[in-house]
Amino acid sequence: MSDVTTATEATGTPPDAAPGATSLPVAPAGPATAVDVRGVSKVFATRAGTVTALDDIHLSVAAGEFVSLIGPSGCGKSTLLRLVADLDQPTSGEIAVFGRPPRVAREAQDYGIAFQQAGLLPWRSVAANVELPLELHGVGRRERAARAAELLALVGLTEFAGHFPHQLSGGMQQRVAIARSLAESPSLLLMDEPFGALDEMTRERMQTELVRLCAESGAAVVFVTHSIPEAVFLSQRVVVMSPRPGRIAQVVPVDLARADERTDDLREDAAFFAAVTAVREALHGGHGADVPTRGVDVR
Amino acid sequence: MSAARVSRWVAPVLVGVLALVTWQVVVVAADLPPYLLPSPTAIVEQLRQVVPLVWSAALATGANVLVGLVAGAVTAVLAAVVAARSRIVDGLMSPTAAALSVMPIVALAPALNTLFGTTSTTPRRLVVAVVVFAPVFVNTLRGLRQVQPVHRDLMRAYAASPWQVTRTVTVPGALPYLFTGLRIASSTGVIAAVVAEYFGGLQNGLGSRITAAAANSAYARAWAFVLGAILLGLVLYLATAALERAVARRNGAVPDGT
Repeated sequence: MSDVTTATEATGTPPDAAPGATSLPVAPAGPATAVDVRGVSKVFATRAGTVTALDDIHLSVAAGEFVSLIGPSGCGKSTLLRLVADLDQPTSGEIAVFGRPPRVAREAQDYGIAFQQAGLLPWRSVAANVELPLELHGVGRRERAARAAELLALVGLTEFAGHFPHQLSGGMQQRVAIARSLAESPSLLLMDEPFGALDEMTRERMQTELVRLCAESGAAVVFVTHSIPEAVFLSQRVVVMSPRPGRIAQVVPVDLARADERTDDLREDAAFFAAVTAVREALHGGHGADVPTRGVDVR
Repeated sequence: MSAARVSRWVAPVLVGVLALVTWQVVVVAADLPPYLLPSPTAIVEQLRQVVPLVWSAALATGANVLVGLVAGAVTAVLAAVVAARSRIVDGLMSPTAAALSVMPIVALAPALNTLFGTTSTTPRRLVVAVVVFAPVFVNTLRGLRQVQPVHRDLMRAYAASPWQVTRTVTVPGALPYLFTGLRIASSTGVIAAVVAEYFGGLQNGLGSRITAAAANSAYARAWAFVLGAILLGLVLYLATAALERAVARRNGAVPDGT
């Protein structure tokens, strides 16, 4: 066992009891907690009966913190993100986003969001896609154009502003989607496997870019992923989830480096591999009888 | 013009020429009487004589088609937008559209003639509008329902109003479907306008000219007007297709073909 695993929290422990949040270089004004999930469960009614997607989830994300949710398919990580985004409602429990109910936070545009599909509108140019949220919220034409230019420069797509989505590669489309999610300078970013459909090389470049963007904006990030190295590289904490019912198996603090030191060299660092091992072990539930990932399968 | 473009035109033209030659040979060889089938040369000869008449008749019928097409399509699109947003309206409109689509023109046209008087073009334009409504409504509604889940989530995350969602996501996404409906409607609209003229009223359109020529046993002349109707249908079809391409190009779609 590496020393990283010994520092993990046990399942079901309310995060309030174990302050895993690290101190932050940049913290926006407002409440110190970006997301607070307390005892949240989500049950879907299907034709085959009810499915418990999430069971008694407790999770707290500090302002400016980067937290990844990782777990096998069906562990409810995307569902949890959707609940925070108010795209779905929890069956029980409470969620607060910057101290407000998710619906209020959504209406106040407290968060930016990106999905696995870039979800660009194919009939709009790249710049018009980035401007979309601003346009919907009544920002003037000139201001919109200036902000879009700024964001496209940020993701390195300035010369593609007039292109249409189908003229762009998958990685470029995803960069447009990320630029769009940053359009209103949100203090929380919700990302549902945004790099899931990209090839490995593009993916690593995007990860490095994302770290930089988040450090610049000081936003908290909740990042859903399938990839252990991705979670370890990006996050300050990795929340490992187990399926059927979706639970938090462990929270692994990784926080390997400050954002400006989080370069490609980190991927070859011993600490990186140790953290990957720690997350992998947590994911496979291969230690400690108190992690119920295996027990569920036997049933 | 590239080679691919030329070959795209050559094949249908070749087939057309071949069909005309066969037609001519069959009529001459079998010595068919003109009331059965006039030869293409006889039709062209008639067409040469009545070109100004075909032109003015095509203009009159074309105006009816155009007005009916625009009125029917606009109504259909508005109805589809409302139906896509309200389940109740959808429940009311969809059966109405189904009923309109099976309404026989031959029954409707005389009834409308009585209603509006035989010197009015309104009955004919209404017939076209009725015929146009169903395909445009059904296709547009289908398109409006094709919103991708990711776009729906995105618009919800942006707290966009229903009207904003309609304007920025649903309607642009439904445009290709709307044009499919319009292309069907433009052809059936011409047929409807011509047929509507069979039931009395003004004698200025292609349909009236065809009946008049046939009644006078001028079969080749009747066929010359049929040719006019075909050309009118083609012009409208091509115009719709051109509009579709222009809109698609403005919206960044890949222009098809080369």
